[in-house]
Amino acid sequence: MNVHVAGGIYAERALSIIRERKHLEGPMLPILHAMQHEFGFIPEEVKPVIADELNLSRAEVHGVVTFYHDFRDAPAGRHTLKLCRAEACQSMGADAVANRLRQLLGIDFHQTTLDGAVTLEPVYCLGLCACAPAAMLDDEVYGRVDEDCLAEIVAEVRR
Amino acid sequence: MSLIHEIDYGTPASRSEAQVTLTIDGREVTVPAGTSIMRASMEAGIQVPKLCATDMVDAFGSCRLCLVEVDGRNGTPSSCTTPVAPGLVVHTQTERLKQIRKGVMELYISDHPLDCLTCAANGDCELQDMAGAVGLRDVRYGYEGDNHVKARNNGEINVKWMPKDESNPYFTYDPSKCIVCSRCVRACEEVQGTFALTIEGRGFDSRVSPGMHEHFLESECVSCGACVQACPTATLTEKSVIAIGQPEHSAVTTCAYCGVGCSFKAEMRGEELVRMVPYKDGQANRGHSCVKGRFAYGYANHKDRILNPMVREKITDPWREVTWEEAFAHVASEFKRLQYQYGRDSIGGITSSRCTNEETFLVQKLIRAGFGNNNVDTCARVCHSPTGYGLGQAFGTSAGTQNFDSVEHSDVVVVIGANPTDGHPVFGSRLKKRLRQGAKLIVIDPRRIDLVKTPHVEAAYHLPLKPGTNVAVLTALAHVIVTEGIFDEAFIRERCDWSEFQDWAAFVAEPQHSPEETEKFTGVPAELIRGAARLYAQGGNGAIYYGLGVTEHSQGSTTVMAIANLAMATGNIGRPGVGVNPLRGQNNVQGSCDMGSFPHELPGYRHISDDATRDTFEKMWGVTLNNEPGLRIPNMLDAAVEGTFKGIYIQGEDILQSDPDTKHVSAGLAAMECVVVHDLFLNETANYAHVFLPGSTFLEKDGTFTNAERRINRVRKVMSPKNGYADWEVTQKLAQAMGLNWTYTHPSQIMDEIAATTPSFAGVSYDYLETMGSVQWPCNEKYPVGSPIMHVDGFVRGKGKFIRTEYVATDERTGPRFPLLLTTGRILSQYNVGAQTRRTENVVWHDEDRLEIHPHDAEQRGIKDGDWIRLASRAGDTTLRALITDRVAPGVVYTTFHHPDTQANVITTDFSDWATNCPEYKVTAVQVSPSNGPTEWQQDYEELTRRARRIAGKMEAAE
Repeated sequence: MNVHVAGGIYAERALSIIRERKHLEGPMLPILHAMQHEFGFIPEEVKPVIADELNLSRAEVHGVVTFYHDFRDAPAGRHTLKLCRAEACQSMGADAVANRLRQLLGIDFHQTTLDGAVTLEPVYCLGLCACAPAAMLDDEVYGRVDEDCLAEIVAEVRR
Repeated sequence: MSLIHEIDYGTPASRSEAQVTLTIDGREVTVPAGTSIMRASMEAGIQVPKLCATDMVDAFGSCRLCLVEVDGRNGTPSSCTTPVAPGLVVHTQTERLKQIRKGVMELYISDHPLDCLTCAANGDCELQDMAGAVGLRDVRYGYEGDNHVKARNNGEINVKWMPKDESNPYFTYDPSKCIVCSRCVRACEEVQGTFALTIEGRGFDSRVSPGMHEHFLESECVSCGACVQACPTATLTEKSVIAIGQPEHSAVTTCAYCGVGCSFKAEMRGEELVRMVPYKDGQANRGHSCVKGRFAYGYANHKDRILNPMVREKITDPWREVTWEEAFAHVASEFKRLQYQYGRDSIGGITSSRCTNEETFLVQKLIRAGFGNNNVDTCARVCHSPTGYGLGQAFGTSAGTQNFDSVEHSDVVVVIGANPTDGHPVFGSRLKKRLRQGAKLIVIDPRRIDLVKTPHVEAAYHLPLKPGTNVAVLTALAHVIVTEGIFDEAFIRERCDWSEFQDWAAFVAEPQHSPEETEKFTGVPAELIRGAARLYAQGGNGAIYYGLGVTEHSQGSTTVMAIANLAMATGNIGRPGVGVNPLRGQNNVQGSCDMGSFPHELPGYRHISDDATRDTFEKMWGVTLNNEPGLRIPNMLDAAVEGTFKGIYIQGEDILQSDPDTKHVSAGLAAMECVVVHDLFLNETANYAHVFLPGSTFLEKDGTFTNAERRINRVRKVMSPKNGYADWEVTQKLAQAMGLNWTYTHPSQIMDEIAATTPSFAGVSYDYLETMGSVQWPCNEKYPVGSPIMHVDGFVRGKGKFIRTEYVATDERTGPRFPLLLTTGRILSQYNVGAQTRRTENVVWHDEDRLEIHPHDAEQRGIKDGDWIRLASRAGDTTLRALITDRVAPGVVYTTFHHPDTQANVITTDFSDWATNCPEYKVTAVQVSPSNGPTEWQQDYEELTRRARRIAGKMEAAE
């Protein structure tokens, strides 16, 4: 059950990220976003560092980090593909899109392709219900996702 | 006898003065404004179903079971989060609510195991109760889908299932039974203030997580038990309940560990203790506990406990078990022989701060009336005797001025030489709660104690002084207050002697007391002193809490006076939220002092030379009392070495381990002809004893303990003494054997005698305590309900007395041979010399004493973390393992004294407080060097101990 990470390769950089932001009101989320941006995920070893700097307990930091699905506990592939699984998209065929995508990439949700190209994540509403089914590749959104669109996305991530 | 069920009102009480009247289910209810509808209902006897609410923590509103309907309002608000309002008409049972509640319960039960019959919480499960209350008959969702309940789901491993966490020695965490109500998380945060628990994940993935998904034992958890108490299911359950089953009766009693004096329900099955549960009506602890009181009672049944009296001619002989009659006759004849041979003053006794008031009273009565001398002393000699002396001089009473509730009104708290989160954990939690609400904290301590920085609490000032310079630092604080004119002149003119104040003010204003000057030898930067002084004087209600870091110095009494001066100068006396509060170390150290345990004082702090007081006791006891003070502990030992003191009766104290300069103590004891030790275990002192009288635990007797806030709490017998007699009975039988005609049949009669002879206890009786729960002395005609806060309308002595506090450096100095300063302290899981806690599972947290040393000092000596080191002073040397930490400053080392094989007091010297002989434990000049193993002294001592503990006819325990 114990998931401490050995070593301290992230802790030092984490400290400067924290100190640049700890003066902010409600500094925890800005700090976590910056860490995710810097490391691609939230390393276990930085949680006690954040706790110490913000004078919180390890448990509290862990609670916040695990609450948000976007904060990853391991690095993603080079790209992250998010497919909307919420009601509007489901009614417009998101399940079929999901199945097709699983087939094309050979992975399931929360997994990364063996070549490290892409990580597939479900998401519950991208706010693009009018263009359902919707997806988001890294920071770019796609609407009315169909077979062609999927081919384009897969080509993009495999490049 | 039955099980005491405390009403759970669901949400905490409101403190508002304004009253609000509303109607709930047709009944008119009047409650303070701000009360929740749930609590108002419960006060009217209407129980709204609930799961996530409990009155130890704030409302959360997550379980959706406590919904109600309110006329004229939309929807179904949760009654725990909705405050009352005038004229509301509330319905707690409607068709709509019934449907909603059933639906909610159905969802809960669809992800909960159905093993009620074999579940440890069977009979004490709120989930079960609520299923019954809402009439749940069917779960339409089935149990086949996603769940956290089954290890394997449809033949496959269920990744959502988590195994039981049994890492904590006292309770288990079974995630499969968790309903994620967050009560444990909130109890850890709001009540205990440790924040060790969280809810990880979200939605269906939500789980209670200690630390970062760790085991309880590895997490930040301090095992206070608040989460276990809060859990409505079997998710968090005491292992003792799992092993034994649910209790069937209970009695309210008082914890026998520290001076906080927490009230507990001892929950029993027959004569077997099932668990100790903190009592919400306990006015010291308000329903909270720590790992010691809550769980560490296993010593009562430990195999080391001695149950038969034992005698031996010489301390080199093995022990011989005898009957009680033989033991009493032997002691009586020996004591008589010694007095005949060496004089009346050749014997004496030591009362215990671990025993009840009644027992302590009897021991000093035995000595004064039976032995005919005043050679009585107590372990308070080595802890808070300077408090008694210092506060007595300044205010006129030898006790703290406040109750613990007072901290809820403090704005600035000064903690001096105390470590509440370890030494007085329940008070520590109450203090942290107030600090989280915004009160400011000043810590004066050589070591960075937890309070200096711990989640959500940070000291505004930490003054890391050099050990031994307390007086200089406190006088420097006074210097700032006086020279900057921020004292409370109106208060001083009204309450204190103005000319004495002027004299004192002139003294502290002298330039050599300025922070800039004192910085040179205290090591505390002047700016910190100035800032802290201003904050204390001007920050609102200022309260001082202090511990043995104040008293156990050569200037202990002076420091106590300096504290009193500060409180008087700033007007911080005589109302809630302020005051001077010694944190007493032992459960009944206040009581043992009150009961006349000192050689110069009869009960109630009245000098033995006072004819009127002596007359009261002489009439009551029918004897003539000696009007000369007797010997203090160190003097008894000196006299023993000189050959004039020959016999001693020691009740419940291990002076060999707890008193300074162990070699001197052992030499004194070895020189005596009859050492009688009355204790639970063959303690270290018993190595030098000729008679061993087995003692009884606090669970085995009736009596009272007086805690640090002068609160007299009942101790109730829940099982028969395993050794046959409660301690007060043993003392009585000993007295009878010596020819005294004592006929007490119950401790209540002893309390009646105390009340009849001691004005500050005049109003106390067991009947009164039964009605009041507890009462704080003075309790008499003038203060019929006791005195939560003292000196309200003026000081007990009349005018508060300012006393000059000249700093005199201790003779214990560092030098080339001993360049470091050693100071000592405690740790949360262990208690004092560890006789009890070492015999419980608490050793998983602390199984040896370690020497804390700064990385700089360690590196200089080539010491790595965990290395064996030799710790030497001019008194002696010992070995233990190093713990490298920057909690201590360079030049300072620190250790605990819980383990006899370390014998930290081999190191400490015989310097002591000038007024009271309280030993200077907190400062010893030492040297630290790498070592390969135990010192010669430790080896010799281990051999002596092994030989001294042999009992004839019994095999030595194979180790």
